[in-house]
Amino acid sequence: MASSGLAKTETPIDNNGSLERARVLRSMRLGDVLFESLTRTAAISVLLLGGIIISLFIGAWPAIKTYGFDFLTTQRWAPSLKPQPILGALGPVYGTLVSSLLAMVIAVPVGLGISIFLTELCPHVLRRPISIAIELLAGIPSIIYGMWGFFVLGPFLAEHFQPAVIDFFADVPVLNVIFAGPASNLSLFNAALILAIMVLPFITAISRDVFATVPVVLKEAAYGAGCTTWEVVWNVVIPYTRVGVIGGVMLGLGRALGETMAVAFVIGNAFKIKASLFAPATTISAAIASEFAESDGLHQSSLILLGLLLFVLTFMVLTAARIMLMRLERNQGK
Amino acid sequence: MGSPKTNPYYAGRKRINLLAMGLCYGATLFGLTWLVMILGTLVSNGLPGLSLDLLTQNTPPPNSTGGGLANAIVGSLMLTAIGVGIGAPIGLLAGTYMAEYGRHSKLTSVIRFINDILLSAPSIIIGLFVYGAVVVPMGGFSGIAGALALAVIVIPVVVRTTEDMLLLVPNPLREAASALGLPRSLVIRRVAYRAAKAGLVTGVLLAVARVSGETAPLLFTVLNNQFWSLDLTGSIANLPVTINNFVNNPDPNWKKLAWSGALLITFAVLSLNIAARVLGSSRNEK
Repeated sequence: MASSGLAKTETPIDNNGSLERARVLRSMRLGDVLFESLTRTAAISVLLLGGIIISLFIGAWPAIKTYGFDFLTTQRWAPSLKPQPILGALGPVYGTLVSSLLAMVIAVPVGLGISIFLTELCPHVLRRPISIAIELLAGIPSIIYGMWGFFVLGPFLAEHFQPAVIDFFADVPVLNVIFAGPASNLSLFNAALILAIMVLPFITAISRDVFATVPVVLKEAAYGAGCTTWEVVWNVVIPYTRVGVIGGVMLGLGRALGETMAVAFVIGNAFKIKASLFAPATTISAAIASEFAESDGLHQSSLILLGLLLFVLTFMVLTAARIMLMRLERNQGK
Repeated sequence: MGSPKTNPYYAGRKRINLLAMGLCYGATLFGLTWLVMILGTLVSNGLPGLSLDLLTQNTPPPNSTGGGLANAIVGSLMLTAIGVGIGAPIGLLAGTYMAEYGRHSKLTSVIRFINDILLSAPSIIIGLFVYGAVVVPMGGFSGIAGALALAVIVIPVVVRTTEDMLLLVPNPLREAASALGLPRSLVIRRVAYRAAKAGLVTGVLLAVARVSGETAPLLFTVLNNQFWSLDLTGSIANLPVTINNFVNNPDPNWKKLAWSGALLITFAVLSLNIAARVLGSSRNEK
């Protein structure tokens, strides 16, 4: 055992009362071995949880065997069709990607704006309270976002925001398809907005932390050369922290892709892909949440396959994020 | 060149700066507005329903009056306690192995990789996994399955914070303790744990906060229960799923209870978050 380096001292046992000493040392060594194997067992049990992927794969196998690659290109979702259901992932995959990307389009500029405010403009006394308040947004359980989106935000957007946007873009060629009516309480856009609010604290926290790594000398030099605050941020702070900010954005994206309850409440569970952002849609996690409990056979297996797709998707995004953050750390080490 | 005030080039730069900084103020206001609006909605919809009945009565049948959330609250506390009770010790011990015994071993880097995957797995995927691994073999929805799902969410959070916090403990402390003749396990428990205590507790608190609002992994592991039940082998009532079911129902009494439950759960989770933060920052200032 590598850990026995300390117990070596026990070897010379003389006769004056060191039986006691030997006993204590033995029990210490036993404790040592026990504690080390305990921690090792716990560590290996974490390893076993990697079995999640295998278990998902087994669950999804019937669907993989039946549909193969067609699963990714089929839009139809007819679980109760006889003799065999026709199931395709195109609708949920489209909804997941579009809602998450749109959420990032909203959340990234806002998150960066808040971090710039916190690092450059905010009076020192207010800095901590405001960053805690923004971070509290991350603590609100996702079902609460769902309820609030369903009862408060959805009706408000459908009544005041969506009609105005639809009218505004009515005569613009491409945009009148993307923002086509009718206004709806449940829509892809609502889901994206809720997701944007939910990932905002992640993006803010990480970009604020990486902004703080910019050497003060660099900023002072730029200010000394006569730059405005905006020019310092745009030409010094952001280029210096680019990799870290992108890493933070990807972490937020990973969150948004897997978010379940909030989206399930507001997106409307429609598997058919519509061009309009104001139309109902669905995401992978929302489809699983709303259908899994009542599913069986091939339907259930397909839902598990959807889950596997989501897992792979979030994993790729988060790995990319981690590699970028690691690269930033390495650059700092220089 | 004119003076800075009249030169159009300077004025333009100043205008851009003013615009950009205005937008930053706006972004902050935008973020804070959501927080205020969500909490405001919760308080205004949930506060009227807060009463002693909420804590003492069980969930009512549909289309009745009165009733409370007692069974759901107790069920949630039980699930969270068991989930954390299983997950936190495993996470602490595994994190200890990674930071103390196997600091540079291959096993540690493999575990770190798997742990990162677990940390990022969407919680609904954990639900799917526990459904396949526990619910199907046991032949039905159960409290145990739900608690295990929560434990699987707790473990990676605790492993991560434990490893990070133990790595922060300076090595000379360990060396000094070893030099006094303390065996390795006691060096870890009496010296390293003590030095990293605030951080370890923060990690567990954050895990509790993360888990107590989780809904998705409970949907198809414990399901829900209309009645008072402490039987872990069957379905147990729990707050998140009860809220989920009640709020989607037209019954006004159920809807009122759902909002009160939402208020309770949000403030519980937010106070845990704040407690963890205060604990974490008091350590940094020392």
